[in-house]
Amino acid sequence: MFEALQDGLSGAFKTLRGQGKLSESNMRDGLKLVERSLLEADVSFPVVRDFMKRITDESVGEAVLKSLNPSQQVVGVVYQALIDFMGPVDHSLHLKGKNELTVLMMCGLQGSGKTTTSGKLGRLLKAAGRSPLMVACDLQRPAAIDQLHIIGEQLDVPVFSDRTQKDPVAVTKAAQAHAKKIGADVLILDTAGRLHVDEALMEELKRVDRQAMPDQVLLVIDSMTGQDAVNSAKAFNDALELDGVILTKLDGDARGGAALSVKHVTGVPIKFIGVGEHLDALEEFHPDRMAGRILGQGDILTLVEKAQREFDQDEMLAQEERLKKGEFTLDDFRKQMGQISRLGPLQKVMGMIPGMGSLMKHLDDVDAEQGMKRMLGIVDSMTADEKRNPTKVIDQNRRRRIASGAGVEPHEVNELVKQFSAMSQVMTAMAGKGVKDRMKMVRELQTGAMSNPAGQLTRQKQSSGKRLSPQEKAKLKKQREKELRKRRRDGKGGK
Amino acid sequence: MGLFDKFKRGLTKTVKILNTDVRDLFKSEGRLIDDEFLDEMRAILFKTDMGFVSAEEIVAEVAKNFRGRVVQLEDVVRTWKAKLGELMRQDASPIRFAASGPTVIMVCGVNGAGKTTSIAKLAAMFKSEGKSVLLGAGDTFRAAAVEQLTIWSQRLGTEIVTGDPGAHPASVAYRAVEQAVAKQIDVCIVDTAGRLQTQKNLMAELTKIQTSIRKLVPEAPHEVLLVLDATTGQNGVSQAANFTQSVDCTGIVLAKLDGTAKGGVVVAIRQQVGLPVKYVGVGEKAEDLALFQPEEFVDALFADIEAKAPGAAG
Repeated sequence: MFEALQDGLSGAFKTLRGQGKLSESNMRDGLKLVERSLLEADVSFPVVRDFMKRITDESVGEAVLKSLNPSQQVVGVVYQALIDFMGPVDHSLHLKGKNELTVLMMCGLQGSGKTTTSGKLGRLLKAAGRSPLMVACDLQRPAAIDQLHIIGEQLDVPVFSDRTQKDPVAVTKAAQAHAKKIGADVLILDTAGRLHVDEALMEELKRVDRQAMPDQVLLVIDSMTGQDAVNSAKAFNDALELDGVILTKLDGDARGGAALSVKHVTGVPIKFIGVGEHLDALEEFHPDRMAGRILGQGDILTLVEKAQREFDQDEMLAQEERLKKGEFTLDDFRKQMGQISRLGPLQKVMGMIPGMGSLMKHLDDVDAEQGMKRMLGIVDSMTADEKRNPTKVIDQNRRRRIASGAGVEPHEVNELVKQFSAMSQVMTAMAGKGVKDRMKMVRELQTGAMSNPAGQLTRQKQSSGKRLSPQEKAKLKKQREKELRKRRRDGKGGK
Repeated sequence: MGLFDKFKRGLTKTVKILNTDVRDLFKSEGRLIDDEFLDEMRAILFKTDMGFVSAEEIVAEVAKNFRGRVVQLEDVVRTWKAKLGELMRQDASPIRFAASGPTVIMVCGVNGAGKTTSIAKLAAMFKSEGKSVLLGAGDTFRAAAVEQLTIWSQRLGTEIVTGDPGAHPASVAYRAVEQAVAKQIDVCIVDTAGRLQTQKNLMAELTKIQTSIRKLVPEAPHEVLLVLDATTGQNGVSQAANFTQSVDCTGIVLAKLDGTAKGGVVVAIRQQVGLPVKYVGVGEKAEDLALFQPEEFVDALFADIEAKAPGAAG
């Protein structure tokens, strides 16, 4: 997400860095590029003007031009402005106690993703130990009620609906009573999508609002929306007093300029972002992390958080122990891969690692997901012994057997084993080190990867333990040749 | 209500915004075209979502012709119109019907663009032309998508072919075309699940659906329509480019044009990808579909301005 904005800005900064000496005029050229990339990212035009005014004032000033590293200063100015424009943020849904009913109301244009997002919130609340009830207030779109019911079944979250009703206000009222009956403590109202200029439907929404007295009114906005995002957000905010915004479909290549504009124009904080079609793809919105991501500084924090949530902690500890002893088998490798794939699509995970953003372009044609599956297939086709000691045990026959078992070519098995042995070296080396040394190693690996994006981990060169004298080398060579001759002779005799 | 009126009704909001803005530029009889003016003009053009390149091109054109002169509004508008008309120029391109057998139309787009509703509108249009229609419920992924299309087929009185949830969409598409051939249906419209253009696997699936349709009717699908939400910003260009790469898109249905969004991104799409707009959606009812006509698109955008411009010659 935000790639285009990121590309544009890094392009602009590259121009700035390229200048031998920054002057006010070439600084302005660089800033023009910043402006263009914001516009191409669908940031609303007036907001771009505000944004540019702010960063121009700050970066053309004496303080920046006279500083030791002006372009770095400009990046800092932009970074801070991005954070200020997108923040401050408040992720809390301000749930009341469990003995009271908290009402959340979802609203937005057609097709922005309200029903899916309702499901995602339901899942989130359930995971937090609450008992949500989803209410199908969308009586307009055909089969919208069915959609919510199917989502409810998938999540095991109850859904309230009344197919005989034509009035969402009545449904809301009945749902409030139903929630008391079944002991639900959070009500999620999934209202119908409507245009902000449709006065009749906006009036209907206001009536639902008065009946439900929602604690939180959340506007769902499609992140691909262009200049119009500001208009609709303003209209919904005027009608309902929004408490938060949820940006959806950020898993595509949407440039997400709406994040900047909507917050700046309405002042309503962005609470969550939808990053996938699956019901667990909802993340908290962090302006600082997002700003970092836009500027290509990665988002390690989110990655770490995700890892902590998704990884099996006991398994991690056990692995760490084995690593310390210098053991790292293909089995461990497979488990790690499994854990990583739980974090989501590889491309997305990679995007969060600093410096990897620009690498992603090279990887664009490589189907990382598919590669991972093949890799897992290969490991699964090995015997326990082979997994423990692949470099020693796997010969040609075994390689062929594994390949046919996994449905790949034999050379792919070979590549995996090579890659694994390189990786196991790194892993076991890391295990004994502190955090600081590890980070250093990661950095070294990263620079290696940058200079050779298509390549794979290379085996670190190791000392063989002793140097051979020329005589010894000659002797070894003689021995090898003798061995070869013998083999050839035996081979012929066998025929 | 004629098609033109419907089209114009959809664009009324757009026109209102454009008009006020443009008239603000011309408070008196004429105005000097200077940098300040060009900047204001830029602001107006950007608000239509037409994109950086397209907008800058128009600004450059105006700057070239009028910079330093005091001009009348209509002169400038004429330049804009000429420029936009040139950008959006295309053959009158409705549906390419099959010479014999069913005409197969495949509909694709991102999540929530308005595919299913657009299909219902297309079906209603073909029905009103006296053609028989069969719908293929190829969105087997989203919860209740099949139900949604089934309800429409009942309302409109068309045939429908569905698959089990989770069934491969290509198999549903295949069976739909198969039945359309067997029952001698005139138009077969195949729905597909919404997908973001960056999802490689899902885009490959789309290619597969097209391939499986071709197994039955080699020249099908006769039309592959990309449904685009009119509120979409510059991401629309990426959508058009990527969908065109996976399947042989023939045109765009611009949905939800009845809001305040201007759908200007189709200008950028036309310029960068070359995909023409065929229909526009201007409401939630089955009959709210109009043929896209580029001249009217441009005319509707600027009609009011000209009429009210001071010193308009008529």
